[in-house]
Amino acid sequence: MHHNDESKDKLTPLTTEAKLSSSVGPLDTFYYDNKIVVWFAYATAFWGIAGMLFGLWAALQLTFPSLSFNLAETTFGRIRPVHTNAVIFAFVGNGIFMGVYYSLQRLCKTRMYSDLLSKIHFWGWQSIIVLGAITLMLGYTSSKEYAELEWPIDVLITIVWVIFGWNMMGTIIKRRERHLYVAIWFYIATWVTVAMLHIVNSMELPYTWLNSYSAYAGVQDALVQWWYGHNAVAFFLTTPYLGLMYYFLPKAANRPVYSYRLSIIHFWALIFLYIWAGPHHLLYNALPDWAQNLGTVFSIMLIAPSWGGMLNGLLTLRGAWDRVREDPVLKFMVVAITAYGMATFEGPMLSLKSVNAISHFTDWTVAHVHVGALGWNGFLTFGILYWLIPRIFETKLYSKKLANVHFWIGTLGIVFYTVPMYIAGFMQASMLKQFTPEGQLKYQFLETVQQMKPFYFMRSVGGFLFLIGALIMCYNLLKTIKAGKAVEEEKAQALSLANQNVVVHGKDHWHRWIERRPMQMLFWSLIVVIIGGAVEFIPTFMVKSNVPTISSVKPYTPLELAGRDIYVREGCYTCHSQQVRPFRDEVARYGEYSKAGESVYDHPFQWGSKRTGPDLARVGGKYPDSWHFNHMFDPTSMSNGSVMPPYPWLFRRDVDATVMPAKIRAMQKLGVPYPAGYDQKAVDDMSKQAEKIAKNLAGDKLEVKPSREIVALIAYLQRLGTDIKVSENK
Amino acid sequence: MKLRNYLENIADVGIYPVITLLIFFIFFSLLTAWTIWSRKQKFSEISHLPLEESEQNTPAQHQQ
Ligand code: HEC
Repeated sequence: MHHNDESKDKLTPLTTEAKLSSSVGPLDTFYYDNKIVVWFAYATAFWGIAGMLFGLWAALQLTFPSLSFNLAETTFGRIRPVHTNAVIFAFVGNGIFMGVYYSLQRLCKTRMYSDLLSKIHFWGWQSIIVLGAITLMLGYTSSKEYAELEWPIDVLITIVWVIFGWNMMGTIIKRRERHLYVAIWFYIATWVTVAMLHIVNSMELPYTWLNSYSAYAGVQDALVQWWYGHNAVAFFLTTPYLGLMYYFLPKAANRPVYSYRLSIIHFWALIFLYIWAGPHHLLYNALPDWAQNLGTVFSIMLIAPSWGGMLNGLLTLRGAWDRVREDPVLKFMVVAITAYGMATFEGPMLSLKSVNAISHFTDWTVAHVHVGALGWNGFLTFGILYWLIPRIFETKLYSKKLANVHFWIGTLGIVFYTVPMYIAGFMQASMLKQFTPEGQLKYQFLETVQQMKPFYFMRSVGGFLFLIGALIMCYNLLKTIKAGKAVEEEKAQALSLANQNVVVHGKDHWHRWIERRPMQMLFWSLIVVIIGGAVEFIPTFMVKSNVPTISSVKPYTPLELAGRDIYVREGCYTCHSQQVRPFRDEVARYGEYSKAGESVYDHPFQWGSKRTGPDLARVGGKYPDSWHFNHMFDPTSMSNGSVMPPYPWLFRRDVDATVMPAKIRAMQKLGVPYPAGYDQKAVDDMSKQAEKIAKNLAGDKLEVKPSREIVALIAYLQRLGTDIKVSENK
Repeated sequence: MKLRNYLENIADVGIYPVITLLIFFIFFSLLTAWTIWSRKQKFSEISHLPLEESEQNTPAQHQQ
């Protein structure tokens, strides 16, 4: 307790109930920066529409594969990452910044720390989005989901994120309000944790100015990636939006949050438990019995803070439900909070082993994330926009009626999106698991794909409705903006902290101590997430030396490596897993279950997360080269009714042999045991292997130049999973 | 794929989750106890912060 303001506190030995401030000295006059808020609001709406359009396009391709237009840039595997990144980082990202820049200034009773930083932050983030969309469509990707952007953009993200943090902490430090309201804690924890997640998961070794290999391989890469994935949902889509909820809901309802106490528990519980939950599921069986039991109790407790948060939000509206019926802003918020509650109930359920065995790799997961994305993030953003724009433009919303129409269309959209996906996921999983009485698999994978088509179509309809709703909102907001005039500089007055005569209780509690000190808050949030992270990371880094090496597993040949890079570039992982789980049906369908030792040279891992197509972990040797040749040119020629897109450009483009030495050297640096000096021999080996495959194809009357990309891809596909077949004689 | 087995092979790996489990459990018990027993008045003041800046932002008129 050696800080300045603390000692000042001590000088005022009053014992009455604390009053936050009483007027001593003159008021400071200052101006809130609304311009930056408006910019971020425009960006939110704009990228929201763009992100949804890409989503709709990707969805439609699953029913009408020809919508890829046979172009590399617009195939499913490339635009699906554009969609996810746009929605998460462009739509929700700008939504976060819009809400933070508005609420932080007011909660701190000060203008943002620096207008220049605000501007750099805004334009920096928008350029990341544009560069991200372009590079993803051009096929530059790390293939790590929601972290696909390549290394130069990763560096840019780090810089812009630091600028945001600097601006935010600067604002908090120069504030005129002693207490840090709970929303600000959520902002601080978000900033710290996202920084940590981004840096750890983006460790990669560049081999050209736009390409890199993940520093981690196989199991380790997967652990790091899903530690990131799990927590990105928590700390990019959840905690900042909870901060916004705790500010904008009381604002819109014009009453304080139901229980501030609960919000404190909500905060600490969330940042602890989210980080903790990931490793918990992984390490579960390594625990002694008593700890397992405690662990189970704890997992169920995980639901409590989320539901506590949801109830806290809903109960804030107690006694105001008549207004909810009137006010579209509150309506959107109520549905958003309910969706939050549903998603956070389902999340822990999906982590139960028995449920996960069914849901994983299916559209069930897709449904789950869209309850969160459309319901929680989407609707909360809409609610805030409807509240914010008329405020800043000092006018009334152009049409309440249109906002209500948006609300109903949007809600219908969510239902039409999620219900078919739940059914599809459940149906496909159960079809794939069925055996005939003779013990044969009852359905081919392709048969289940056919069954999915109507559901995929209905989902597109749901997405379309949601998009229409958002467009109606844009129209409504534009009309509102036209009718009003923005107050770009909003005048405000407050006492500076130095002039505030603050009264303290007999005992100043540690939590109030910490909540007044943003830097400490930042530090302790970091400690909390690091403890949680360490529990996963210590075993993760030990796992590498603990994955038994399988002597028959050898590094990829140069041609296979080139093929693998094409596989990554085309985003095949968005539809195919490479991970056979030890279940009866999977082993019967795909072969021996995947061993950790098989992927030790996989920088990055390609386990995937969704099976729109079948698992490919052991596709090597399943078909002749000619089958793949024909299938990649036109999947329906080999698999009638396939929804896989054709890849004609692979038959026109040549493998770039000039980067091969750099690739080999990068792999060597990452510990892949190519012999010394192999980078110089690699190109030679590559053309030899390519000629062999081309000759083989020529035997089937398929003419192709050995230098074509398709040859490399076939080499890679034929290699998949074969290491172990040899060794186990299977 | 039996990832778990590889993790299990790490000597005493169980200690990590046990330690955090205990840390978090104790932390929560204390946190919950504290929020229950601490003073309501303080919380109620802080919870009014978002509402404080009134429409015209005339300050120093904290609702009391
Ligand atoms: C839009 C989703 C989608 C994308 C993207 C996709 N596939 Fe497929 N793939 C499928 C579907 C569905 C099937 C099953 C029907 C069929 O055989 O075409 C399939 C089947 C396959 C098969 C046959 C597997 C077997 O065991 O029969 C291979 C090999 C394959 N895909 C390779 C690829 C490669 C390589 C890429 C990337 C260049 C890719 N796929 C991208 C959906 C996709």
